[in-house]
Amino acid sequence: MTPKVIAGAEDIRRIIARISHEILERNHSSKDLAFIGMRTRGVPLAQRLASSIKQFEGLDVPLGILDFSLYRDDLAHQGPGPLVRATNIPFNIDNEIIILVDDVIFTGRSARAAIDALIDLGRPASIQLAVLVDRGHRELPIRPDYVGKNIPSSKHEDIVVHLSEVDGIDEILITSSQETMKEG
Amino acid sequence: MAGKRRHILDLDDFSAEEITGVFSVAEAMREVMGRPVKKTPALRGKVVATLFYEPSTRTKVSFDLAAKMLSAEVLSLQPQTTSVAKGESLIDTAHTLEALGVDILILRHASSGAPYLAAQNTSLNIINAGDGWHAHPTQALLDLYTIWRHKGSLEGLKVTIVGDIKHSRVARSNIWGLTTMGAKVTLCCPYTLLPANLGNTGSLFPEVSLKPDIYSALEGADVVMTLRLQRERQAYGDLPSIREYTNLYQINDERLKLAKKDVVLLHPGPVNEDIELASACVYGPNSLIKEQVTNGVAVRMALLYLLSQGWHK
Repeated sequence: MTPKVIAGAEDIRRIIARISHEILERNHSSKDLAFIGMRTRGVPLAQRLASSIKQFEGLDVPLGILDFSLYRDDLAHQGPGPLVRATNIPFNIDNEIIILVDDVIFTGRSARAAIDALIDLGRPASIQLAVLVDRGHRELPIRPDYVGKNIPSSKHEDIVVHLSEVDGIDEILITSSQETMKEG
Repeated sequence: MAGKRRHILDLDDFSAEEITGVFSVAEAMREVMGRPVKKTPALRGKVVATLFYEPSTRTKVSFDLAAKMLSAEVLSLQPQTTSVAKGESLIDTAHTLEALGVDILILRHASSGAPYLAAQNTSLNIINAGDGWHAHPTQALLDLYTIWRHKGSLEGLKVTIVGDIKHSRVARSNIWGLTTMGAKVTLCCPYTLLPANLGNTGSLFPEVSLKPDIYSALEGADVVMTLRLQRERQAYGDLPSIREYTNLYQINDERLKLAKKDVVLLHPGPVNEDIELASACVYGPNSLIKEQVTNGVAVRMALLYLLSQGWHK
């Protein structure tokens, strides 16, 4: 199956605008909000959400980067290593409302690892999860609070998110996957 | 690269790409070390053993800490109080540790090549924490990492290594690592402290030059690495007197002025103060000696993590 484009740059822009409104609505424009992007593609998404909220409400939301590799439960199953990179959270997460941001939620294992990593850093008031795509097939009792697009997919398919900051283009693709499945 | 590596025996089989990978993971580990809760679960359920046949403070403590911050089970074995004292051989000890479920063995031994023996005879992951005069790869990696953090790159840097090169496994591993990363290495020591086979260094390492005169060796250096004069390996017997060595080769503030203004000073420790290094320099403005110790934990965390990740069973 050739890769099929499910959403383009305009769609992604609208999704970011909608999710940032949802975040503001649910948290009453709280001053305790903070975004933490999960490496790799959660980081530019968190940046976009933050600048969108700045644009709508003039609110400066702090932004952090989380690498949760050290908390994964599937290290031994992975190929030659994805290298760990530094976590950079330049604020105290205690009592903050943390919005964790990732591109795709699949089994939920990345989200679990990210939550564990965060809790080792402090005690946030709450942790909410925002994703661009929910593709189903959860293996853990975890659900995102904000979803850009629900894409029911078969396990033999892959959802690929490209973001201009990382890949030079904004798009969501669905492809058939030949290789062992990895969480997107 | 890192995914398939099973042992860390010396830096002669490390590519520049792999060394850079270690730097990047070490950066992540430094962030972990700076947290209020210095612990991550990456090595949970793994067993790491340290077996040191020679004394050590920094290396052993930093391996212990590194393994603990990654949540591994850590066994600290002291040969004096184990069956080694009853005459058990290194290979037997390694087999026993393997049978006990040890995953990674960190080994220091007075005989060059001992870690290779353990690597060949068991399926343990071996980290060489110093073997005889031969190699000390984790020290060299932390030295490279410390320089890299301060200079941004190692490419083209002039690195002068001063002191007891003959007995120094630190110098040997550093020469491999530094040249792989594109640095230019100058060795400075009296001829009696030069390894016998270093005459052919020129052909093996075109980037390594020999300058027995301290003044020309220090000129324009970006990095000065001093080495401990190894009394326990009879280094003192290779010298007419310690005072003469000190007069000719000691690194002090005045001599450091010959190097570049932003020169950084390294020493693997422990320092014989006022012998190879003036005590004023140890914690002076150019010194990275204390930072080497911190970076040692970060680099060893990175190495333990990378080794455990490449685990194939």
